[in-house]
Amino acid sequence: MPRVLLIEDDPAVRRGVGIALRRRGHEVAVAPTGEAGLATLEDFRPDLVLLDLMLPGINGLEVCRRIRERHQLPIIILTARGDDIDIVVGLEAGADDYVVKPAGGEVLGARIKAALRRAVPADPEDGTAEDSVSARADRYGDLTVDRAALIVSKNGTDLALAPSELKLLLYLSASAGRVYSRDILLERVWEHSFAGDARLVDACVLRLRGKVEDDPRRPRYVQTVRGFGYRFGPL
Amino acid sequence: MTEPAARSHPAPRSPRTLGRRRWLSPRSLRPRLVVAFLLVAAFSALITSALTFDKARDAILDRAESAATDELRAQLDSRAADLPYPPSSEDLLRLTVLLDRAGTPRGWRTHVSYQDGPLVPAEAPGDPGVITASLRSALLRENGAVAQRVTRPGGPWLVVGMPVTHTRQDDAPTRIVVYAEMSLRGEQADIHALVTAARYGAIPAVALALVPALIAAAHVLRPVRRLRAGAHRITEGALDTRIPVRGNDELADLITTFNTMADTIERDATERRRLEAGARRFAADVSHELRTPLAAMVAVTEVLDEDTAHLDPDTSEALRLVAEETRKLARMVDDLMEISRFDAGAAILHTDEVDVAAAVRRTLRARGWSDRVDTELAEGIRVVLDPRRFDVALANLVGNALRHGGSPVRVELRRADARVVLDIVDHGPGIDPAVLAHIFDRFYKGDSARTRSEGSGLGLAIARENVHLHGGTLRATTAPGEGTVFTIELPLVPPSTPPDPRRLDDIGTHGTDHDDAPASSGEIAHRRPEDQ
Repeated sequence: MPRVLLIEDDPAVRRGVGIALRRRGHEVAVAPTGEAGLATLEDFRPDLVLLDLMLPGINGLEVCRRIRERHQLPIIILTARGDDIDIVVGLEAGADDYVVKPAGGEVLGARIKAALRRAVPADPEDGTAEDSVSARADRYGDLTVDRAALIVSKNGTDLALAPSELKLLLYLSASAGRVYSRDILLERVWEHSFAGDARLVDACVLRLRGKVEDDPRRPRYVQTVRGFGYRFGPL
Repeated sequence: MTEPAARSHPAPRSPRTLGRRRWLSPRSLRPRLVVAFLLVAAFSALITSALTFDKARDAILDRAESAATDELRAQLDSRAADLPYPPSSEDLLRLTVLLDRAGTPRGWRTHVSYQDGPLVPAEAPGDPGVITASLRSALLRENGAVAQRVTRPGGPWLVVGMPVTHTRQDDAPTRIVVYAEMSLRGEQADIHALVTAARYGAIPAVALALVPALIAAAHVLRPVRRLRAGAHRITEGALDTRIPVRGNDELADLITTFNTMADTIERDATERRRLEAGARRFAADVSHELRTPLAAMVAVTEVLDEDTAHLDPDTSEALRLVAEETRKLARMVDDLMEISRFDAGAAILHTDEVDVAAAVRRTLRARGWSDRVDTELAEGIRVVLDPRRFDVALANLVGNALRHGGSPVRVELRRADARVVLDIVDHGPGIDPAVLAHIFDRFYKGDSARTRSEGSGLGLAIARENVHLHGGTLRATTAPGEGTVFTIELPLVPPSTPPDPRRLDDIGTHGTDHDDAPASSGEIAHRRPEDQ
């Protein structure tokens, strides 16, 4: 069962979310502060971190950054609606998704499930089903994308991509040159069914470019098509 | 309080154009003041010259009269002594000739009468003469010299009558009277010169009066103009407008009063804003404080739902109630927070260019309404909007229609010029016109029988705020018994919103668009990483 580390300072929310997650079959460790959370991370080895941004001591952003330095596990921020800056900054710090409080167990469960999925689920409409391409290690310029091992390397060096970055790159590169709108990407990669927040995509693209591009300001791999969305290449 | 710049009432004319137009109007203060000033100047010049003229004329005539009388007396004194007594007609004639000769410089003509007899020499025939009967009778009464001015067609004449006293007759009246008549034309010319001088003096005086008139008008009008400009600025919302007080006159008093009034208005406005801000902050604070416990409660409502089956009916009913109301409360607090952000002006558009028809379908699908709502959506309309806010607005309206309006609910999308129009049509009972006016008010419950509905009471208010944020309009029209239509109208591109400076740093705009890219929406989509 997936192991979830919940870092949240409010005891009631900690308890409530803890109950909801255990109920859905997750193994849950809780930490009231960022320091405690980082300490627990090493012992507990969670599959995913749920992180409140408003923490005493070192704040959520710093915790997010420090986790990203060493681990490529999914991080979901817990945030209050309207704290827009928090969301943006949190996404820039490397978070994969966010959940607006108050959220029921159902929503939390769905977001966690989506974040834990290693690759974009097969979509019968366009031939991006992973089975058909899983055996290949595709080369795009300096990039090598190993779809079976889920490893992306550049000039032979493995890149440390966060789960959402990896999934986005896999999804885009599977049909190189094809343009995807933010909405579609939100639906497929993040599995947001509601009109989602395009900033998730934008923040993820920015982080991804920072890792794969030679010059993030002149991207070759993940390109913007103004007014429509993003595409991979053409190189 | 962020709106006043966009007020829709016609812009008031600026004080400057008002002033310029006023300048020429006869009802304006300046021409009236100037005219009054000039009238006063003209009157005083007129009266002064009239008085001066009158006195001067009298003085001239009196002097001419007394000079003539004195001279006639002197001539008579020297010549009457030689006159035989009683005189014959020849004597009298000779006397007049002598007198006429002596009076050459004055140009007088003399006549003499003896014992009230006829004049010697007689006056020219046909000439009515200036030696009138009244003069002759006055002479008899006075028994001394009498002068009289007579107006004749050729000009004024002076007649002096003088009885001759005879020394040989022991100063008894000789009953000889000498009349001297002379033209006053020379004197009249002098008087005319006076009139001309007065006239030529008055005209420049009146003209010169124009200068102090204009200065005085300006002195009065300058504070008036400053007052008007100040009042205008206050009307436009610059409540800190004050006018410097100069001088110590009534206008200065007026300006002081004006400033006091502005003080009061500003203080009241500040106080009102403070109270409003306080109320808004309180609402925001309350919802903020409620949110954390609610977050904990909402997280476990699911657990309550699932386990009720194993409990006794009352407990299970109670738990279900708690779960349902907790979720409702959470929605309400969420809506309250949303409204607070609109009030605080903190609501921001995160725009993207989207296909509206697809966005509508996604909203309906995500809420499981696809089967309950008919759609007639024009395809291919791309609009720059905030997908989340659009979703919220549309979901609130469709949800409202499904709850209160009754099926079937229709959503129609079409394009009208540079706007996109979205109708949400229900076939419910319609809305009472009295209610319709308040339908977008917060916590306004349209149906008093339904004291508490599924909604928070903020749904329509939030929908409208979201539409307004896009520069669009939301309105409701209703026909009793036929249903209600909510209409969203959005511009294809919302009015520009201030960019997020934090994000612009790492975007960097350079290069050109792709050839196949449509009209760019990059200016509004601040949060989008750009390339090429």
